[in-house]
Amino acid sequence: MARRSFLQWPVVRQLSTGDLLGRGPAVTSPQTRSITPRTVTADRVVQSVCPYCAVGCGQRVYVKDEKVVHIEGDPDSPISRGRLCPKGSASEQLVNSPGRQTGVLYRAPRSTQWQHLDLATAVDMVADRFIETRRRTWQQEDEEGRLLRRTMGIASLGGATLDNEENYLIKKLFTAAGAVQIENQARI
Amino acid sequence: MANADCIVIQGSNMAECHPVGYQWVAEAKARGAKVIHVDPRFTRTSAVADKHIPIRAGSDVVLLGALINYVITNDLWFKEYVGAYTNAATLVHADYRDAEDLGGLFSGFDPEKRAYDTSSWAYAEQGEGAIDEPGLSREHGAEASARAAADTFGSGGPPLEHAEVQRDDTLQDPRTVFQIVKRHYARYTPEMVRDMCGINVADFEYLARSITENSGRDRTTCFAYAVGWTQHSLGAQFIRAAAILQLLLGNVGRPGGGIMALRGHASIQGSTDIPTLFNLLPGYLPMPSAGRHDSLSDYLAAVGSKQQKGFWADADAYTVSLLKAWWGEAATADNDWAYDYLPRLTGAHGTYETTMSMLKDEVEGYFILGQNPAVGSANGRLQRLGMSHLKWLVVRDLNMIESATWWKDGPEIESGELRTEDIETEVFFLPAATHVEKAGSFTQTQRLLQWRHQAVAPPGECQSELQFFFELGQRIRAKLAGSEDERDRPLLDLTWDYPTDEHGDPDAEAVLAEINGRQLAGPDAGKPLSAYTELRADGSTAAGCWIYTGVYADGSNHAANRKPGREQGPVALEWGWAWPANRRVLYNRASADPAGKPWSERKKYIWWDQDQGKWVGDDVPDFPVDRAPGSQPDPALGGPAALSGDDPFIMQADGKGWLFAPKGLVDGPLPTHYEAQESPVANALYPQQQSPARLVFPRAGNFSAPSAGTPGAEVYPYVFTTYRLTEHHTAGGMSRWLPYLSELQPEMFCEVSPELADERGLEPYGWATIISPRSAIEAKVLITDRLKPLAVGGHTVHQIGLPYHWGVGSDAIVSGDAANDLLGVTLDPNVQIQESKVASCDIRPGRRPRGQELRALVAAYQARAGLTAETGNRAVTDPMLED
Repeated sequence: MARRSFLQWPVVRQLSTGDLLGRGPAVTSPQTRSITPRTVTADRVVQSVCPYCAVGCGQRVYVKDEKVVHIEGDPDSPISRGRLCPKGSASEQLVNSPGRQTGVLYRAPRSTQWQHLDLATAVDMVADRFIETRRRTWQQEDEEGRLLRRTMGIASLGGATLDNEENYLIKKLFTAAGAVQIENQARI
Repeated sequence: MANADCIVIQGSNMAECHPVGYQWVAEAKARGAKVIHVDPRFTRTSAVADKHIPIRAGSDVVLLGALINYVITNDLWFKEYVGAYTNAATLVHADYRDAEDLGGLFSGFDPEKRAYDTSSWAYAEQGEGAIDEPGLSREHGAEASARAAADTFGSGGPPLEHAEVQRDDTLQDPRTVFQIVKRHYARYTPEMVRDMCGINVADFEYLARSITENSGRDRTTCFAYAVGWTQHSLGAQFIRAAAILQLLLGNVGRPGGGIMALRGHASIQGSTDIPTLFNLLPGYLPMPSAGRHDSLSDYLAAVGSKQQKGFWADADAYTVSLLKAWWGEAATADNDWAYDYLPRLTGAHGTYETTMSMLKDEVEGYFILGQNPAVGSANGRLQRLGMSHLKWLVVRDLNMIESATWWKDGPEIESGELRTEDIETEVFFLPAATHVEKAGSFTQTQRLLQWRHQAVAPPGECQSELQFFFELGQRIRAKLAGSEDERDRPLLDLTWDYPTDEHGDPDAEAVLAEINGRQLAGPDAGKPLSAYTELRADGSTAAGCWIYTGVYADGSNHAANRKPGREQGPVALEWGWAWPANRRVLYNRASADPAGKPWSERKKYIWWDQDQGKWVGDDVPDFPVDRAPGSQPDPALGGPAALSGDDPFIMQADGKGWLFAPKGLVDGPLPTHYEAQESPVANALYPQQQSPARLVFPRAGNFSAPSAGTPGAEVYPYVFTTYRLTEHHTAGGMSRWLPYLSELQPEMFCEVSPELADERGLEPYGWATIISPRSAIEAKVLITDRLKPLAVGGHTVHQIGLPYHWGVGSDAIVSGDAANDLLGVTLDPNVQIQESKVASCDIRPGRRPRGQELRALVAAYQARAGLTAETGNRAVTDPMLED
């Protein structure tokens, strides 16, 4: 083991670096000094909001080479003041988790397995089924002749991590189509 | 909350479920505030509170009612506040009979309909009359319950025909609200709390003293709750009870006061403001119901009266502006602004009704959008069986959740009830974008909209809901183009044109601008609106959600306002945008006395500035800004003009905070204690055991355990309650696929007391099987003093704690049995939310059986208890009142 000069003594480092309590640069290891935080090398930082509970903690999303490399609390937020809980702190894995599904899958009636479909085909198939079901289950009036103008054959249940703008388009489209059984985690 | 002098957290484990929000409780505590946690379990919230008070799950109204009684009996209510700002002095109709007089029922109960005719609860009118709700006909509680009408009061109180109420300002008339409240809670005593909640008298007195010593001119107390209050068969009444207490103590509309709803999902507030709910249109306007809202004039007459006070009188402007936003040029005065393009309700069409409809093959197609009902909804087995009846299912999620895979690896495949090769359902799994892969706004728990900027593009075939629904709408419209069928007009005439980026993703700001609204006519045509007071009912304005008008004022996205907190005052008006009108504390005119002066220097917030002739202060005043404190306009003027200078509750039809609710609730005008659907304890307050108006679903697969004192109750002797952990999120779709979080909380467990472990022979970290009338699940055993057996009504009640994050599947990093499989479906009749915080079970050591043995075990218990579909489902349980 190499002998250390007295200049490396902790107390000297504490005095010379101004880190009097020995909780900052005076006690960093060579390993720590040799690495750079992802927050420094990121190409850009984007302000976001944590997607878990409804406290609404501010997040800073660090992006490098069009990939999210780090997410941390936003100290500017008057709500969270830079803090995140275990879920918010893990939200980088929500984006980059190896188990995340990024392709469309389809299970045919009675099938025991998934098959891949391309996105455009899948959306087109859903649109066809939507129109067919709507036509087949249409209710124009009730037995007293009052207007109903609806289908009870289509339903939806959304989570409460949907954006306001998304909920708005969902409600608008389904309502115009006459689908009324549109629900949300907010009921639960 | 940081401004509170006392904080009572009840029905929430805030420190674990909202850890970062809890810093403000910690801040209040550091400044000397007292923090009290009332909860069945000792949690990390209890650990950092001044005191933990264990309570029997479901008995909260007894405790809150006893606090109300304590405040009134000891003359500790805030007299100037209550007299001026609440309906304490208002007279109720002579026909009203209280639950005290009728064995736990209020006047008007109809056993056939299992619901109330609520008309006798109305305010008295001059002469013999009653002040009804507006509209062509009076709505029976059964109909109001079916459309969960109480949900429409999310931005203001129930409508009244007019606001010309009768008052007795001495509060002595036995028909005043004050006297009725006083009588109603007279038997809610500390001893009753001891016998029903399991809380000793000393603890009750500590709580009562803490809140009363910390309320008044100089001090304020805050309550905080979460789904520990909402998920009950009388959940809305739990919150009403806290509201009565807070009004009596003068803690509403003031800094450090109020009742904080701690919502558990990023935009669950937004999901009701801009609802994806069957019974609402944006801004808490009701979806039209056949028979009640057949024409636009019927609808407008019922939604709000021009003769009532406050801003709901302008509901016509909000409605017409919404119709203009959706149908543009096709919405004209001649066709009632395309009102008949809206589909109609004919009863309850909520998510649990839909599950029952699926089982009857009435639903063909189902969209699941970032939700996991196979794990997260009550009675998971019925949820999964329901889905197996669908023709097609679309699941949009980040991960391969159990709601997408039940057809191959769900519990019913293992038990042999379903066979993959027999299931006809087509399943589409469409991958979704995360919160950083799309731009948009969340509305957090204090009504604050915060914009998220897009950081990166979604990978692979992932799409935002915005893009998916925009494209689905485009495809449907293209396929229907040229249709002559009248039913397709609403789709073809829909305004559905949003600018997109190079990936086809619509511009979320353009959607936000539509929600905000714009002028359609005059020199300012096209200009974004800056306040909902600019909305008109003549078709000259469009706005997709009136309460959000102002978020895009001047064409600028105020949800994206980001002035750092340290550069502004504590109210932080320049961070995000809160509805309505960027107000942070609602009804804040109540922070000043009737003369407009702050109640005290310490609690100064909004006050009347005589020199400027307007309300000023730290927040946006929640009051007509130039209405002087002493103004007494004629109530017959109606609308905002009729608000007196001392009517701070500007969205209430009479301008007052309601101690007694003459309209709006379907299960009683005053919170009343009833036991849960399943309870090992008999209701000591009334012969009526359960809430008579609760919604039940008597059917196979949804049996209930017998209540205390009826045969078979001993088969399911224990209470269980469900809850969350810090490291997981609801049904796990956003946490059980993340390595860090899965490692932190890897498996399902149950919390039991050492006493219960001894009674049932449970081993620490061994397995236990928990059996309810619906299903049986297994969990690892955590034996802990955090759950205390409670002495209730002369015997011991054991409570079992169950986190509900795990589900049975094969794709998540961690899986396990789902607590929600144990729950039945019984709903609060006001809002159709399920009772999932309290139910009955048995527990025994060892793992649950596999294969067909599982259902055999459940059936054996059912047989032993003698269960049928009718068990526990009678509306009226008082033998004196039965037919």
